[in-house]
Amino acid sequence: MTAEKCIQKRRLHVLGLLLLLVGCSKTEPAPAPTKAGEPSAKPAEAAGPVTLQGSGASFPAPLYSRWFKDFGAQNANVRVNYQATGSGAGVKAFTAGQTDFGASDAAMTDAEIKEAKDNVLLFPVTAGSIVLAYNLPGVAELKLSREAYVGIFLGDIKTWNDPKIKASNPGAKLPATTISPVHRSDGSGTSFVFTQHLSAINEKWKKGPGTGTSVEWPGGVAGKKNDGVAALIAQTPGAIGYIEYGFAVTSKQPMASLENKAGKFIVPTLASAASALKGVELPADLRAWVTDPVGDDVYPIVTYTWILAKKKYDDQAKANAVKQMLKWCLSDGQKVSESLQYVALPDTIAARVTKAVDDIQ
Amino acid sequence: MTSPASTAAKPDLSEAFGSRIARAPTDWQRGSDKAFRIIAHAFGFAVVVLLGSIVIQVMRHAEPAMAKYGFAFLTTSRWSTNSETFGILPEIVGTLYTSILALLGGGILGVTVALVTSQGFISPRWELVMKNIIELLAAIPSVVYGLWGIFVLIPAVRPAAGWLHEHLGFVPFFNTELSGPGVLPASLVLAIMILPTITAVSREALAAVPKRLPAAAYGLGATRWEVILRVILPTASGGIFGSLVLGFGRALGETMALAMLVGNANVFGWSLLSPGNTLAALLANHFPEAATAEVGALMYAAVVLLLITLAVNALGSFIMLRTTRELKGLN
Repeated sequence: MTAEKCIQKRRLHVLGLLLLLVGCSKTEPAPAPTKAGEPSAKPAEAAGPVTLQGSGASFPAPLYSRWFKDFGAQNANVRVNYQATGSGAGVKAFTAGQTDFGASDAAMTDAEIKEAKDNVLLFPVTAGSIVLAYNLPGVAELKLSREAYVGIFLGDIKTWNDPKIKASNPGAKLPATTISPVHRSDGSGTSFVFTQHLSAINEKWKKGPGTGTSVEWPGGVAGKKNDGVAALIAQTPGAIGYIEYGFAVTSKQPMASLENKAGKFIVPTLASAASALKGVELPADLRAWVTDPVGDDVYPIVTYTWILAKKKYDDQAKANAVKQMLKWCLSDGQKVSESLQYVALPDTIAARVTKAVDDIQ
Repeated sequence: MTSPASTAAKPDLSEAFGSRIARAPTDWQRGSDKAFRIIAHAFGFAVVVLLGSIVIQVMRHAEPAMAKYGFAFLTTSRWSTNSETFGILPEIVGTLYTSILALLGGGILGVTVALVTSQGFISPRWELVMKNIIELLAAIPSVVYGLWGIFVLIPAVRPAAGWLHEHLGFVPFFNTELSGPGVLPASLVLAIMILPTITAVSREALAAVPKRLPAAAYGLGATRWEVILRVILPTASGGIFGSLVLGFGRALGETMALAMLVGNANVFGWSLLSPGNTLAALLANHFPEAATAEVGALMYAAVVLLLITLAVNALGSFIMLRTTRELKGLN
């Protein structure tokens, strides 16, 4: 009796194992039919919704995700999926044809446009500023001259009571603590814009680390992404680092006033960033760099950020959907920009970009 | 004597089991056995193919960089995307340095915890509770360790690190100020991350020591200290060493927590308080935004990491083989 039971038991084990295997292989494709069935469940336009895939810049990602959510709610015929993979990855995925549109803080270089077989249009859709957030207990306001902030990131200025910092902050009690400059560890559009500005205002920086999504930093520590840098600044007394304006506002970190080209110290605000954009002429390809804006009340580190779309889509429905989305972003979308700490495009620029959207075929 | 007994037993057996005792396996049994064997073989083979294809892919992408940078890649320390100059010496040293420090911390802690939870120091119920809590550490996501490191560990070690630098600054290990993220916080977090692996495997090894060995030692008048140190630990040394090799391998490849905590500075100093970098952190940080030239260099770095891990595992297996050979008879 017992031997028989043993055999039966073993058979059951094998059976169970096989069932498990079959079960595993069966459950995986199961979600597919529900996915296919989903669109029909939601009432939509006759042809069904067009889905647009996009990926890229993380700097405007909070704004984009809000935009695409609102846009989707108002336009049932288009769905937009956006992944904040980083500018470089966004350009790569777009060039490889994996996405319908891309997004980049560094626009696209001539070489990259060539690689995309010239089948690309760049649209500036929003702008933002990059601020220097710092951690100095007891110092609520800090003014940094151009010489001072380049010197800090070059590693030439090592302590907070350096005469070059003292000169522009006569009243402040600057401690003798070591300065820990914090930069991004991952390649990023934010780093690109910041180093581009430093290169524009300082020869030594231009010849040394130069401009790039990741450069050879002369010193300091690095945090991963905007939030990593923000966390490091908050945790390290004596730290200073560059982050996107919105991050500094939401994490309530003090930001330094920077000296602009006119020699004025400007507090980073949405207004001072917007006025920096006004003085910049948009070229025909809409790739305008605001490396060192001119004007009395302009904040010096400001950048546009771009959405990349194809000149010609194989699928006419997709081309129309991209146009519809971009036009919405440039009109209704601009109204929420400021609540998320991004700069709304000046009306004249928005009108010009909207006109360019019609070039998409 | 035996033959009458066996002949007497035979009819009993056939009575109990009937004719089915000597029955040939049915088609179903044969079929399911065969199917199971095929499935098991296929899956085993698939793992090998998978690893092989990953290695081939990585090698293929790394090849241009290997040809371009050659051996100098391993001995220089600049990583400049703009001038396309790449070298990973600080990362190689940093990977080994943080992993060895983690192994020291995690190893001592892990083996002692394994002893406490397996040698009857505390009641079996508490042994179980402690063992499960430590194994739970393995379930915490890496990114949580990284955040914990930034927000809890770094502020907590800051006063001690400041004291060490001030009073023992002449020792190379403490000759810089704590920069926040750096080798020390990274190694501490790594030590905690490899703790569950080391504890679980060494505990099994300690529990597998035959009871007659300590019993015999006690019988000869050995103290508990002597029994644990001279009998139980040496007997279980093969398994404990295995746990250390596993832990070391885990530390070498750990990515996210290190990318967040090691400081990502392309320099290397002996100071525990200065920022450093590791291969895995370099890959995690640079891969998403890398252009073609940099991707090649990163793939080359990945090959180096693969080789280091392979070498550590091979060395570990070799030493384990040598040390356990003389203990074969005991287990």
